[in-house]
Amino acid sequence: MSRLARILPGSLSVLLFFAAWEGYCRYSGISPLILPAPSGIGVAFAELVQERATWRHFGVTLGETLAGFFIATVTGVALGGIIARSPLLERAFHPFVVASQVVPKVALVPLFVLWFGFGPTSKVVVSAVIAFFPVLTNTILGLRSIDGGHEDVFRAARARPLQRFRMLDLPSALPAILAGMEMAVVLATIGAVVGEYLGGNAGLGYLAVATMNAFQTDRLFAIVLLLTAMGFALFAAMASLRRLLIPWHRSAERH
Amino acid sequence: MSIRVVCQGLSKTFVTRTGRVAALDPIKLDVAPGEFVVLIGASGCGKTTLLRIIGGLDTASSGTIGLAAGMPGRNGIGFVFQQPNLLPWMTVEQNVALPLRLAGMRRAERLDRARALCAMVGIGGFERRWPRELSGGMQQRAAIARALANDPALLLMDEPFGALDALTRARLNAELERIWMATGATVMLVTHSISEAVMLADRIVVMSPRPGRIREIVPVPFARPRPPAIEESGEFQAIAGRLRRLLAPEGLREVTTPALLTHMPADQRDATEGSA
Repeated sequence: MSRLARILPGSLSVLLFFAAWEGYCRYSGISPLILPAPSGIGVAFAELVQERATWRHFGVTLGETLAGFFIATVTGVALGGIIARSPLLERAFHPFVVASQVVPKVALVPLFVLWFGFGPTSKVVVSAVIAFFPVLTNTILGLRSIDGGHEDVFRAARARPLQRFRMLDLPSALPAILAGMEMAVVLATIGAVVGEYLGGNAGLGYLAVATMNAFQTDRLFAIVLLLTAMGFALFAAMASLRRLLIPWHRSAERH
Repeated sequence: MSIRVVCQGLSKTFVTRTGRVAALDPIKLDVAPGEFVVLIGASGCGKTTLLRIIGGLDTASSGTIGLAAGMPGRNGIGFVFQQPNLLPWMTVEQNVALPLRLAGMRRAERLDRARALCAMVGIGGFERRWPRELSGGMQQRAAIARALANDPALLLMDEPFGALDALTRARLNAELERIWMATGATVMLVTHSISEAVMLADRIVVMSPRPGRIREIVPVPFARPRPPAIEESGEFQAIAGRLRRLLAPEGLREVTTPALLTHMPADQRDATEGSA
């Protein structure tokens, strides 16, 4: 398939979508306070990115997201590694793991604000808590899926435990861990933004609420666009990390 | 460098939900230094279990194994499995060099040795590829190279060519004989194939199932190296016939088996008997 034939259907449908949106806004007489036209959002976006304050808020949200993602990854991999090794610990932790999967964590945000204040700390905590579970479960899955034949190779060669961990366990589990991290980076963004919605005075989530209260709907769309761009950049960075760390794995092949 | 393997009263019992299952009745086996011994038998006769116990991958329920004479220490055993079991995150040369890396050899040195081994097993030029880029036969060659990496005194092979087509298998049999003659290692190889057993072995240990035990030990007197044409000789066929009768299920041996088997092509014959 040629490059053009691959890209064309997608770009065409996106273009058509925006054309229909623009047309509807112009001819239906709908208030731009309810649904602004793409062109209006474009103008608002251009204004938004030129303001200094925007990038301060952007930096706050990005910082919270990265901190939450980092904490989630480190604790998820560490705890997953411990649980995968010990059936006893897994049984002990099981109720907590299930409960924390099922509890709608977003509903806990007011509690985190109460405990950790209106500053960035509560947002980092929300972000980490939400992003933690895919890392944990995927780490356990990855470490449990080590090929028995590969284990035999290391046993037959009398590998020491640390050698086995470095050359077998870690690389075996890495594809699953990276898949968990890919989910986690998206969830960490959501966590940070939701945290900002509910309290504080900084970050793109706060900016979105403030903009909404001022009925600047086109600007609100522009902020969502900026958040989308941030999420996409983080996701793309994870995909590059995947290609860098596991070039041998099928998931790292370019499509 | 080679090694003598002495098994005394070696047995293995598995405990399952329904009770105890004897996988191996006490085994007595003495393999001479530099000897090529083939273990053959139906599925469930414990030949793989025996090999894994000798290689330290399983523990015996009772009995002892002695690995005597020229005991080379930590890395004296090379193991080739039914599957290549190459690590997909290492290139072919890194896979071959793995035992050397585990033994602490320096990087440049071990990769040099790995490349020499790749050339020896006939996969020169593929050292930098990922395992998934190699065919099944080439992957198994790489696995053999890995097992040979630290010059083992004892090479244990568990149906190493079972997953390969007949032609590749015959070629690798010949190369294995050459490698064995060059290294002088003691080899214990498990197979389902009667012709592979007669082609390679100094002695063939015929095992029977439930519980796994040694039924008979058949010596193969042919000189080395053995040309492929030897398979058509009367002596070869006589030994193969004897193995076939030993391996046929009890009761069926006298009447049905010979008539049935003479109408089957040779490769199918092996497969049928192996699973019988």
